[in-house]
Amino acid sequence: MPTFVHAEKCDGCKGGQVAVCMYICPNDLMKLDTGRMKAFNQEPEQCWECQCCVKACPQQAIEVRSFQDWVPMGGAVIPLRTDNSIMWTIKFRDSEVKRFKFPNRTTPVGSIDPYADKPPAGEINSPLLFTEANVALPTI
Amino acid sequence: MSEGTFGNPQIVEYETDILIVGGGMAACGAAFEAKRWAGDDVKITLVDKAAMDRSGAVAQGLSAINTYLGENAAEDYVRMVSADLMGITRDDLVFDVGRHVDGTVHLFEEWGLPIWKTKETEGVPLKNGGKPVRSGRWQIMINGESYKTIVAEAAKKALGIENILERVFVVKLLLDAKEPNRIAGAVGFSVRENKIYVFRANAVIIAGGGAVNIFRPRATGEGMGRTWYPVWNAGSTYAMAAEVGAELTMMENRFVPTRFKDGYGPVGAWFLLFKSKAVNGFGEDYVKKQAHMLAEFAPYDKAAVVPTCLRNHAMLHEMKEGRGPILMDTPSAMKALGANMTPKEVKHLEAEAWEDFLDMCIGQAGVWAGMNIRPEETASELMPTEPYLLGSHSGCCGIWVSGPEDLNSPAEWRWGYNRMTTVKGLFTAGDGVGASGHKFSSGSHTEGRIAGKNMVRFVRDHKGFEPSFKEDVKAIAEEIYLPVRNYFEHKDKTTAEDVNPYYILPRMLQMRLQKIMDEYVAGTSTYFQTNGKLLQMGLHYLTMVKEDSRKMRAKDLHELLRAWENYHRIITAEAHLRHILFREETRYPGFFYRSDFPKLDETNWKCFVNSRIDPETKEWTMMKKKHVDLVEKHYGGGSH
Repeated sequence: MPTFVHAEKCDGCKGGQVAVCMYICPNDLMKLDTGRMKAFNQEPEQCWECQCCVKACPQQAIEVRSFQDWVPMGGAVIPLRTDNSIMWTIKFRDSEVKRFKFPNRTTPVGSIDPYADKPPAGEINSPLLFTEANVALPTI
Repeated sequence: MSEGTFGNPQIVEYETDILIVGGGMAACGAAFEAKRWAGDDVKITLVDKAAMDRSGAVAQGLSAINTYLGENAAEDYVRMVSADLMGITRDDLVFDVGRHVDGTVHLFEEWGLPIWKTKETEGVPLKNGGKPVRSGRWQIMINGESYKTIVAEAAKKALGIENILERVFVVKLLLDAKEPNRIAGAVGFSVRENKIYVFRANAVIIAGGGAVNIFRPRATGEGMGRTWYPVWNAGSTYAMAAEVGAELTMMENRFVPTRFKDGYGPVGAWFLLFKSKAVNGFGEDYVKKQAHMLAEFAPYDKAAVVPTCLRNHAMLHEMKEGRGPILMDTPSAMKALGANMTPKEVKHLEAEAWEDFLDMCIGQAGVWAGMNIRPEETASELMPTEPYLLGSHSGCCGIWVSGPEDLNSPAEWRWGYNRMTTVKGLFTAGDGVGASGHKFSSGSHTEGRIAGKNMVRFVRDHKGFEPSFKEDVKAIAEEIYLPVRNYFEHKDKTTAEDVNPYYILPRMLQMRLQKIMDEYVAGTSTYFQTNGKLLQMGLHYLTMVKEDSRKMRAKDLHELLRAWENYHRIITAEAHLRHILFREETRYPGFFYRSDFPKLDETNWKCFVNSRIDPETKEWTMMKKKHVDLVEKHYGGGSH
């Protein structure tokens, strides 16, 4: 169920050693052909179709084509992800198109301050986590 | 030091107090909690084989948080988990997750995860009294496409980017030379640079997820990566811990999820939120129809929710009897829901149905699009997948750990620090902790937090520890690099380097493993059946796979990653096989059957099965461990 890269859209992330898709793929599949400066999926049969690379590609050069050993041709599921929402375009084999948009984050990217306004570390030998200061923890 | 080459990698020696191996939900929880307790005088390092923003089982996102207690008592959570896993779970570990988990979910919401609320409390955070939209008693709905990037951001900020190594795959844990049964570090390699990392650490947590692709998948060709659980979970957690002598528990348990056929899309929202029914090819409700079959597995058939394996058991019976296909009747469900809705509300309902896939299993949306399936028009086929090993979903295999100290548990369940394994200084969480399933994403993060705090406590109590290894660093590095050596030594001996009698490709070794596990250890092709004789034969063949693993080749760093993942798969598979062989009963019908012991045997087998590899002799020992209920269980009104 592999990703593929549109040759005319991929710019190899402009000459770095690591393209964005290569950086993000959880399964180390996307690889940069430094000769052509184009990315490709080096092991298509190990692709989970998570679309992490598709969502991250700055050129929108990557798509997923469903696995041909089972799925009929012609369908497509294409995300367009921003910092607070994701829009999906679903193309059916019979050419109907559906579009859905969902929120994905309520805070600005990069804004998390993990320990702000949180209690300091308390008693290390107690079963309480640091955010649970003064909580009465249930027991059996 | 000079830069390494593929044939001659640079060895990087790295010292830290706490080493976090993994970058998923549990590892992020460990990082977030540990750093707060550690302050600046305890060094914490996190190593992830991928990129934290999109690593682990939540990489793709999720459409629900499956563990949020809210108005429920932790005791009832313990009862649900126990019943679903056929009575053998550690109440102390499950209760501990239950009593801490809601606070973790509140953090997720604060960090930016959108959580659905009821109309009356729209916009009100959970911690201020907002009411979640529940799809089930324990599950709450979210817009979770960015779930992992949000949780990773918090962990990265907490730890500091300078303490995180991405694209480094830890493949072996290292014991201390002076103190027996004591962790001292780990070794791994970069999949981007020609570098081998040798870590010295006072405490290590191994949280690298469950095990996928141990069995031959139903998929073929290009589809083989479209597994239900993430294809990159290679059993590394179990294998690495086992090899240093950590006791494993319930490794006979497995999970065979029933999912939409081929795309493996989630069914939970369809069952729970949309009230859809699964029926056989003749429109019959097979769980009701086969209730008498399930009664053979009393009292668990009378649990408030019929255990997952028993529902599979009824379904497999229908399939074997030729009454397929098994169908999720989505048109009837949507019609019933839409009966009293405005057109706008119906449109919203349709979006929710698609979002369930798009948030966590995009591949299923691709299958529907390619097949012109619209849920309001066409019912979809269901299928039990190939087996998976995990400890955080509806499964409970994993590592035997010390539990909380304040829950009146037996002394042998708390020998040290909470979530520490039987190896001193080695901790685990999430899929790593056995005998305690149904943690899911929120519970795994919570368990990582529990372990994280206790690791700091451990490090403070063992301040003077100086790690030392039995072997010298060069010898350790050579072991890691064996597949590369095999490649260079033999690659020019044939005219096509992929077919060579002197080495085996990691891909082919994986296929051999999968075929053995499928045919001898109760995979899909035998309808999940096996017996003692088949298992003995499987073990014989598996032993030869293990021998041949020394001959895997790696032509590049990517293949070296695959070689070590597959080595981990072999050890995990062996544990699974040996545990199934040892447990002489059928405890989880629908997940697998011992056809020579087809019945549940509460008298002899209502116990944990643990195993251990002796790190010196490599010999396995199997053992029974007594099971105790700390929370009283009720089935069909009676207590048990």
